[in-house]
Amino acid sequence: MLLSRTADGLYWTARYLERAEHTARLIDVGLDIGLGRVVAATSSHGAADRLYASLGVPEAAAQRPDGRASLNEVALFDLSNRSSVAACVTAARENARQVREEISSEMWEQLNGLYLAVRQIHADIGRASRPHYVRHTVIEGIHLFQGITDATMGHGEGWQYLQAGRFIERAAATALLIDEFFIDSANPAGARLEHGDWIALLRSCSALEAYCRHYTADVRPERVAEFLLLNADFPRSVRFAAARLESAVLGLARASGRGGGGRAQRLAGRLHASLDYGQVDEILSDDPRAYLAGIVRQCAQIHTALYQSYITYAVESAIPA
Amino acid sequence: MQVSMSQPAAVAGRTPPRVRPPGEIFAGYALDSAYDEMFDASGQARPDCRALFEDLVAASLPQLRQRQTEADKAFLTQGITFTVYGDEAGTERIFPYDLLPRIITAHEWSMIERGLAQRLTAINHFLKDIYHEGRILSEGIVPRELVHSCRHYRREMRGVRIHRDIYVSVAGTDLVRLEDGRFVVLEDNLRVPSGVSYMLANREVMKRVFPGLFARYHVSPIAHYGQALLATLRTLGPPNRMEPTFVVLTPGVGNSAYFEHAFLAREMGVPLVEGRDLLVHDNIVYMRTTSGLRRVDVIYRRVDDDFLDPLAFRPDSTLGVPGLLNAHRAGNVSLANAIGTGIADDKALYAYIPAIIRFYLSEEPVLPNVHTYLLGSPSDRKYVLEHLGELVVKAVGESGGYGMLIGPHSTTQERETFRHKILADPRNFIAQPTLTLSRAACFIGDRIEPRHVDLRPYVLYGDRVTVVPGGLTRVALRKGSLVVNSSQGGGSKDTWVLQD
Repeated sequence: MLLSRTADGLYWTARYLERAEHTARLIDVGLDIGLGRVVAATSSHGAADRLYASLGVPEAAAQRPDGRASLNEVALFDLSNRSSVAACVTAARENARQVREEISSEMWEQLNGLYLAVRQIHADIGRASRPHYVRHTVIEGIHLFQGITDATMGHGEGWQYLQAGRFIERAAATALLIDEFFIDSANPAGARLEHGDWIALLRSCSALEAYCRHYTADVRPERVAEFLLLNADFPRSVRFAAARLESAVLGLARASGRGGGGRAQRLAGRLHASLDYGQVDEILSDDPRAYLAGIVRQCAQIHTALYQSYITYAVESAIPA
Repeated sequence: MQVSMSQPAAVAGRTPPRVRPPGEIFAGYALDSAYDEMFDASGQARPDCRALFEDLVAASLPQLRQRQTEADKAFLTQGITFTVYGDEAGTERIFPYDLLPRIITAHEWSMIERGLAQRLTAINHFLKDIYHEGRILSEGIVPRELVHSCRHYRREMRGVRIHRDIYVSVAGTDLVRLEDGRFVVLEDNLRVPSGVSYMLANREVMKRVFPGLFARYHVSPIAHYGQALLATLRTLGPPNRMEPTFVVLTPGVGNSAYFEHAFLAREMGVPLVEGRDLLVHDNIVYMRTTSGLRRVDVIYRRVDDDFLDPLAFRPDSTLGVPGLLNAHRAGNVSLANAIGTGIADDKALYAYIPAIIRFYLSEEPVLPNVHTYLLGSPSDRKYVLEHLGELVVKAVGESGGYGMLIGPHSTTQERETFRHKILADPRNFIAQPTLTLSRAACFIGDRIEPRHVDLRPYVLYGDRVTVVPGGLTRVALRKGSLVVNSSQGGGSKDTWVLQD
């Protein structure tokens, strides 16, 4: 038994943290490309632009004279950009503050400490020009939070809402990111991506090392797609996220003791199964963009179904006879 | 936290003996007529403070500074902060915490404990009486007019049966210590007293930064407050419900005491709800959960009467629950505290508490009141108007140090303004002699200096009266200041009640 508002707060705490981690990593990789560490020269439709595009950073920022630097500022610290790292950490902390009685003190202190650290970095101009440092602080802080969560909070209903938020966000964000790299697939005359661009994509999912161990360092687009979409063991693949999401949805249906969660369970099970049995050659030869858009749409449907079953249900339907 | 200190007493204008205790770190420490919590009049550390004093004399300044930094950081990471309103960056500040403990002996405490239990028992009898037969009013002990003209008196509660007749189950009573060392009651807080979480947080931080010193003293534990509160709420549960559901009702995350609400919910292991989580159907209160609607039996509410139910009280309140009053009247939900308890902490009614104690308990009050002039009475009014320069005048309806005249610190103009206000609405004012609050040693800047303090112990009333041995000692951190409000430079310190 969990207050509906508390379930909502837990779910969004985890979603915002996942989003902050994703953004921080993308900015870091994008900056590396800019420094020429991965490829000497990038085309105008190269990986860096695609990374930023997948974040939906406002166009206005990209058109400022200092271009990339201001893009980083917007994506990292701009609180008016709701998906900036600082805005996501702040929102996660604000949600956690509202469910303070449900989470452990250790979790709260870690998240509050992360929030204070991000504010401190921004206040300190010297460090703001070092996005690698920001990335390190944020990602490490979030990993610590997840470890502390698993170690100090009962793995009951509240914990399942944290899992649901985290993995629904991960599945959708990863699908959107992959989509940016297959924009030209229907148009062979479009920009050709280079070897370094695919490496950037893998790094954006922390997947380069895991990919190499699985396929060797021979990086090919269809293998990259297969790994990030369909790999069962890699924690940032869409399939892995879908599996965890399904198990969270089943877990919270069980915990609530209501039969009303049938739709969310069906949707989460279907998404997971379609990835379990997916074939990368079919996906790529058919319409990869439609397939990826389908994943994002299904994530949105699962979200809606969860809310209708447990959080925003009509009171009239629930009044005891 | 909205803890108010409405009696900023002034130091009397006589020449104090300038005694300085030994030790370099105490170089700026001068004793005067105020009672000093650490030193006796000759400048010797009091017996129970000797170990603390020696520890401080031996400590190096960098050590003390280091401890202060650690303590501040602990409050910040735990999020024990308040938001500075009007600051767009959302800056959060910690409540100033003074490093040094304030020590209360076992003997002193036993009297405080007895006095508080006696007072709250009488107050509960009084509330039952005035909302039912009104014996005390018929017998003329308390003027009927005074009760019925109080804006915290709730006609809606007339004749309503309160389970076990417990109106006030949670109280926070403000005590101050006068020059002769006696504790007196300055104010009863019987609606939604706050600050108990700071009492508990201060102790936890103290244990971290002064482990050695803490171990040398036999300090009474206070950590069981959450369990004691839950046990108290349990006694309020409707008798026909086998496994009652308890909740803490908060106005929400924007409230300055939100930290405390979440803290207490966590300590008790019960849900923290907002008005929007609750609804009333057929006079039964439910909360909206992921498992559907769940019946609620006991609400520890931290929302004022005015905002509790828009159908009964302020219709513009979005913090409350429509229909809650009727559910309460139907006996389907218990509230802690009950609706309408504010009548008993009315500043004018305060003057009658000693008489109330005598009337219901046939006992003399253990803890005295501060002498209070009621300006509704012609003879008191005459005296007060002739002595405005010496007295403290308070508006009955105000709190938090507002609407107050501090005679010795006032200008002729201010006294004239108050004279007019008093004559226009005498019932709305009381006056008290200017008090000299006791002072405790505080770590300020690079030295230890005395500052004025008060004490708010927390009293629970269920099957029996529980006073957790300790309280919130509030400190007027500004030199010479007598105002301990957190909004006006006030801080707090840990309070050690020693065991025998």
